[in-house]
Amino acid sequence: MGALKIKNLTFSQGAFQINQLSLAIEEGKMTAIVGPNGSGKSTLLKLFARLYKAEEGEILLKDIPITQIGRKEFSQKITMLLQSKEIFPNITVEELVSYGRTPHQKGLSRMNKEDREILEWALHECQLMSYKDRMLHTLSGGELQRARIAMALAQKTEVLLLDEPTTYLDITHVMELMELMKKINQKYGMTIVMVLHELSFAGAYCDNLVVMKKGSVYKAGNPQDILTSKLLEEVYEIDAMIKYENSFPMIIPNKKNW
Amino acid sequence: MDVSERKNRRIVVIITLLVLLIVAIYTGLSLGAVTVNLSQILQVLKGNGEEVYRTIIYNLRLPRIIIGLLVGACLAASGALLQGVMKNPLADPGIIGVSAGGGLAAILTMVIFPAHSYLLPFLAFIGAFTATICIYLFAWDKGASPVKIVLAGVAMNALLGAMTNGVMVLYSDRIQSVIGWLSGGLNGRGWYHVEIIFPYAIVMLLLSFFTIKPMNILILGDDSAKLLGQNVEWIRLVIILLASFLAGIAVSVAGLIGFVGLVVPHMIRLLIGEDYRYLLPYSIVGGAVLVVLADTVARTAFDPIELPVGILLAALGAPFFIILLRKRRIV
Repeated sequence: MGALKIKNLTFSQGAFQINQLSLAIEEGKMTAIVGPNGSGKSTLLKLFARLYKAEEGEILLKDIPITQIGRKEFSQKITMLLQSKEIFPNITVEELVSYGRTPHQKGLSRMNKEDREILEWALHECQLMSYKDRMLHTLSGGELQRARIAMALAQKTEVLLLDEPTTYLDITHVMELMELMKKINQKYGMTIVMVLHELSFAGAYCDNLVVMKKGSVYKAGNPQDILTSKLLEEVYEIDAMIKYENSFPMIIPNKKNW
Repeated sequence: MDVSERKNRRIVVIITLLVLLIVAIYTGLSLGAVTVNLSQILQVLKGNGEEVYRTIIYNLRLPRIIIGLLVGACLAASGALLQGVMKNPLADPGIIGVSAGGGLAAILTMVIFPAHSYLLPFLAFIGAFTATICIYLFAWDKGASPVKIVLAGVAMNALLGAMTNGVMVLYSDRIQSVIGWLSGGLNGRGWYHVEIIFPYAIVMLLLSFFTIKPMNILILGDDSAKLLGQNVEWIRLVIILLASFLAGIAVSVAGLIGFVGLVVPHMIRLLIGEDYRYLLPYSIVGGAVLVVLADTVARTAFDPIELPVGILLAALGAPFFIILLRKRRIV
């Protein structure tokens, strides 16, 4: 059974179009959506998260159309880490993470005991306990990203979508983030879908890859099967070979001679 | 600003505001054509004291101070809510046409149906409310973006200003009473006006506290708020209506007083940050303090001439705002 299923989805935004797209995301697995800029990766995530509305077709969450799920209930099932270009208010890590409990709180009520426990858990999982009183603007890029992930975890959803979570991070923090996501995925069986640019990391850490090109799915499957030089040529239009070292796919482009 | 500094600032700022509030009320009761000292004030408030002081304090200055407090509180709360919900520092009831809507309705009442001036507060609410709805409708296109709302508001403000001027030209023989009111003032306001706005102001100010949590979530951005299960469009509409009601309350008794809604929340935000659990109540106190202090200055500084407090606030507020704008990054 797929956690998320898309059936014949059509969506357009200006010149960009997704036409009759169908796709299944496996439950409890880590899936990366990859593809060139403008291929529709982020749009697809936003459609999953109901930030965009499909024109035709439907998206099912465990066989229930997402349009039929109540606003609050939906936010208890799916959340998304947006691209980190937002401005952050003058608040502490703990205050940010506690916002993740909003969908579980009634109206204007405050944090109860369960909320506090989950808050602690999310901070702990993201190794933020010693940072909880730090103001957001004093954090480094990697720490801020962990704080945002902790907020999403505190939401206790079944599905976590991440839109380019590794952009602007150095390799240390990319590693740290991928390890964290893998840990969460393995430990709690959370379905994780992330848009990534780093093909190697996507191939090494994710169970499945969805390769997008011009608004449609070019190929989907497990990384070993689909990460090939042919794919790089057809999707990214580069001439490169792929070599596996310790099940880590390395992309070695053929440099042009100038 | 780290956590402990933030905490200290919150404490220092609220203590300062409360001290200023006491100063504002005391000077407001004490100063004027006749100076009344503290013991005389206390006598009057206990129900004793000389007749002349009782008249001055009880009939003239006390109701005026109460109105000043309520008007300032409503304007500042309105500004704080509008700035947050529209994500725009220019969002002030005086700038986006909400007050102007109330103003036009009030002026029409005064010049065309002078016999029905008892309906003035209510009609000013209706005016502010209608202006807000229009702004929202003009800005609507599959949802109303904050920028569009502000732009539609500025256009609305210009339109309503033109209509107000038109009415004044057409009825130039009847506008004597209107001019003072237009510049925003508390001159001649008494218990009658307190009775009119008190219940509305208290209810609306209390209601505004229910917006604290949604306001804080909206700060995270519209998409983040949606992902947290919030109905962003609905929240924005409700808060804008509440803010327009608050502005309408102020306009109905005090005319067009600008800059309070703009400057006060900005100052508070610069001092303590944008957490609405603090920003909103602090702005309410700050607005109340500012209007009462300014009114006392306006009625005593140029004795025997009384300036409308709106003129003084604009004269102080505009340069102050320019200084803020140049010194600190507030946008």
